[in-house]
Amino acid sequence: MANADCIVIQGSNMAEAHPVGYQWVMEARSRGARVIHVDPRFSRTSANADKHLPIRAGTDIVLLGALINHVIANDLWFTDYVKAFTNASSIIEGDFADSEDLDGLFSGFDPATGTYDNASWQYADASADGADGADGGHGASTATGVPHGESHGESHGSGGPQLEHGEPARDETLQDPRCVFQILKRHYARYTAEMVEEACGISRADFEYLARSMTDNSGPERTTCFAYAVGWTQHVGGAQFIRAAGVLQLLLGNMGRPGGGIMALRGHATIQGSTDIPTLFNLLPGYLPMPKAGAHDSFEDYVDSIGSKSQKGFWAESEAYAVNLLKAWWGDAATAENDWAFDYLPRLTGAHGTYQTTMRMLEDGLDGFFLLGQNPAVGSANGRMQRLGMSHLKWMVVRDFSMIESATWWKEGPEIESGELKTEDIATEMFFLPAANHTEKAGSFTQTQRLVQWRQQAVTPPGDCRSELAFMFELGQRLRERLRDSTDPRDRPLLDLTWDYPTDEHGEPDPESVLKEINGYHVGGEQDGVPLSSYTQITADGTTAGGCWIYTGVYADGVNQAARRKPGSEQDSTAAEWAWAWPANRRILYNRASADADGKPWSERKKYVWWDEDTQRWTGKDIPDFPADKHPHDLGDADEGGAAALAGNDAFVMQADGRGWLFAPSGMVDGPLPTHYETVESAIPNPLYGQQANPTQMTITDRDNMNAPGITGTAAEGEVYPYVFTTYRLTEHHTAGGMSRFLPYLAELQPELFCEVSPELAEEVGLEQNGWATVITPRSAIEARVLVTRRMRPLQAAGRTVHQIGIPYHWAQGTEAVVSGDAVNDLIGMNLDANTQIQNSKVIACALRPGRRPRGPALRDLVADFQDRAGISPTTAESTLDIGPTTAEPSAELAVDDPRGADTASGEEH
Amino acid sequence: MTSFQFLEWPVIRQLRGADRLGRGAAVTSKATRSTAPRTSEADTVVQSVCPYCAVGCGQKVFAKDNRVIQIEGDPDSPISRGRLCPKGAASEQLVNSTRRITTVRYRPPYATDWQDLDLDTAMDMIADRFLEARRNHWEDEDEKGHPLRRAMGIASLGGATIDNEENYLAKKLFTAAGAIQMENQARI
Repeated sequence: MANADCIVIQGSNMAEAHPVGYQWVMEARSRGARVIHVDPRFSRTSANADKHLPIRAGTDIVLLGALINHVIANDLWFTDYVKAFTNASSIIEGDFADSEDLDGLFSGFDPATGTYDNASWQYADASADGADGADGGHGASTATGVPHGESHGESHGSGGPQLEHGEPARDETLQDPRCVFQILKRHYARYTAEMVEEACGISRADFEYLARSMTDNSGPERTTCFAYAVGWTQHVGGAQFIRAAGVLQLLLGNMGRPGGGIMALRGHATIQGSTDIPTLFNLLPGYLPMPKAGAHDSFEDYVDSIGSKSQKGFWAESEAYAVNLLKAWWGDAATAENDWAFDYLPRLTGAHGTYQTTMRMLEDGLDGFFLLGQNPAVGSANGRMQRLGMSHLKWMVVRDFSMIESATWWKEGPEIESGELKTEDIATEMFFLPAANHTEKAGSFTQTQRLVQWRQQAVTPPGDCRSELAFMFELGQRLRERLRDSTDPRDRPLLDLTWDYPTDEHGEPDPESVLKEINGYHVGGEQDGVPLSSYTQITADGTTAGGCWIYTGVYADGVNQAARRKPGSEQDSTAAEWAWAWPANRRILYNRASADADGKPWSERKKYVWWDEDTQRWTGKDIPDFPADKHPHDLGDADEGGAAALAGNDAFVMQADGRGWLFAPSGMVDGPLPTHYETVESAIPNPLYGQQANPTQMTITDRDNMNAPGITGTAAEGEVYPYVFTTYRLTEHHTAGGMSRFLPYLAELQPELFCEVSPELAEEVGLEQNGWATVITPRSAIEARVLVTRRMRPLQAAGRTVHQIGIPYHWAQGTEAVVSGDAVNDLIGMNLDANTQIQNSKVIACALRPGRRPRGPALRDLVADFQDRAGISPTTAESTLDIGPTTAEPSAELAVDDPRGADTASGEEH
Repeated sequence: MTSFQFLEWPVIRQLRGADRLGRGAAVTSKATRSTAPRTSEADTVVQSVCPYCAVGCGQKVFAKDNRVIQIEGDPDSPISRGRLCPKGAASEQLVNSTRRITTVRYRPPYATDWQDLDLDTAMDMIADRFLEARRNHWEDEDEKGHPLRRAMGIASLGGATIDNEENYLAKKLFTAAGAIQMENQARI
């Protein structure tokens, strides 16, 4: 980021949430870069930016789409870059229909299921009807896409939407009405500065400033960078917000170049690592998908769904990556004859995310629950349902440092106070196992830019505190011991598991031995056991084994590369000898795009990776993200798949066609192009389409998870929830507070929950500075101290005044932490993005009134009273979902005041 | 307090020594001169990484007699250049918090308070319950006969604050056991 000439921070309060990282933004700014912050709130980031643009929460695609339109309409796009590296010239199937044609829907939508069939979004085959400039070729069908069908977010890993092969029909002149560029142009034609003013509440002058800042600072000599955080991901449609920035950055030529890109600012020490080596339901290590029942019954079906062998780039080798993993887990029991023990993997049947799991708890479908350093009673949406779900468990294991609220809900949770639960009636058996902290164990974190950093152990853990490594290893030992004599086939995967890590005198497994397995090693032959040094060494014949293919090289030469600590002051700015970045210690992905189609740097100023004619190799300041000796003018071997098929300008080496995708033929479940929808609770009609909300949104239909009526309620019922709040973090606290509210230093710095309101809103509602306010949603009500501040500014949008409220979310009720307060996530419903299963936490309709909330049972009465006034009730719960189709059963048979018992509503999603 | 010594009077020291403006050595007290940084007592120092957000700031962890006594920013880190935010700077308190729990706590069904439990016993109980939950909600195949081979009675949540190696073992073990409902903060 220090190399950027313009930085747009949107969906992030970086100075507050990533303060030490923000020094690089300040560094860029001190060198003359322009920094712009787009956010509903003026925050510490805005204070350290050149300009703050307040935006109506949830309208980011209108703004980004208008920037795309501005760039295309005014011919400001980086022509050479776009033509060389993106899919702008690719021709899309003739029966594709855009949201412009279908009033907010794309072709392929099935209203009964709320899902798309993406068959019509595919590239037209080069061998089919006459597209210009395309070489005919392969593929028997008329479209070069995935096996058509419903698109499911959980069905592929994040890098891996696949194509049959990488040679679509193209029109290099970009004039064909069916080419991506023309589709893109039409799609965003109505996303104008006027529309931005109307929808986002951003003035034309401010839009002009933003557009000019970006376009002036993009091109061969200059680069612009985006930064976002959960201000983008925690939306229904959040994945499309990020894609919209991706489309814009591709048009401006800012991907794969120094000072460019889209920086995802992640919030936990190794949240990147826990996605790479995932504790996530839908993924296996290295972004291999978990297999799905029916679709992946055979290993061949599974591997083909990840990447066709004839497609371009490195996903064509997915079979090798999968065999490598299975070999690492099941060793000698994984053979060619049994498809490498593929059948040992359990299968998915849809989404099994954390919110689906919550609903399963409430249905008594779950016996036991492990928490490993997470506090869902405070940190997850609809906290009350989280805690009620826990009361349905048979047992729960909490592994943490202190008595977090997810460990004490049965004793002093809000439902004990409200009378909904009684401690003596709760059957859940609770285990609290104290955890070792980051100084008491060695291991690696992967930070937000894929850098894997090893920590040395400083001391041994006290008392019963143990690392998760020791806990998991020991649990595995005991499970295997108990099953030792089992003849049940279901136990073979546990018994055949490679589980023989060397331990120290305390029985703690050696973390480096696990890292070595993650890295991978040769199997058999002379090199048996020798660590691999590159993922290109991975084979599909069982002669290599490794736990996470993208981490191959982290233990190259038998050396822990993540532990490298050559001081930054002794290195250049790439700092390649500090720790290790996946993949292959590469610091900027797709960096082939930092050179032009001929392999020459776009400019001296932005020189990074280039083709060296003398050595006939790619070289530069980073590890080139390209086959090292592939000439820039190489046409690629179309008869081969994989890396060999890449042409010399196919910079996006993980994409099935080697190109950056302006239009996504596959991989997104809610449309190939980012499209603006209002949030489900929005009282403002969608200014662009008849389709009000994202048609694929997954709403958990339940009487405890009802939504505000939005536009369906405004006319008849008046606006019962007239305001919008957005949640955020503070520097002095960390997420649900488990690592901050228990520390006196931090608790003293930010002792109390507050809400930020504008002076205008304070006057409208009658709030006093430092007094109390009660915030009410259809889920719950909380109280917070009032902070009246000009940082919140009412916006004029859609012909009305929009009041937005800012609320940090780190507090919880209880006596164990140093400070307490209401849990803001109790207010938030489980409305999920269908791509990611992540909830909307950023645009929530609410009521606001002065004073504290009621105590005891009166709290639920207050919530129910507002529900009644809004005309929402369990019997109308499904009507709020008419915005998006639902197949869920109405839960009309349930009484409103029925404390949740065993016979509760099903938590179906759609 | 020691007896007054005329020559040690600050004004005299200021006039006698090189610090004529009285902004350095001349005005330091004996107490100041006898202080030393906590880190000087450390018998070990290791390079670590901050456990809070994902910037990955370098930390130096100073320990004495197997106890962490100070955590500071690591100036060698090209990411953080020695800096820490309030959370990172407070992480010594995270390590040595008086509110930290260091023994196993157990609450039987319907009990109103925690009890003590031996770690080994707790591990046995958890292993037994794990296998029971696995049996209770085991699914061999779906209604169309496609194999499922999974244990729907067990779930876990968490992973973004623990190590890659720990996530790896967790995923490996749970997947082998058929427990697919495994999630972490990245979903939230």
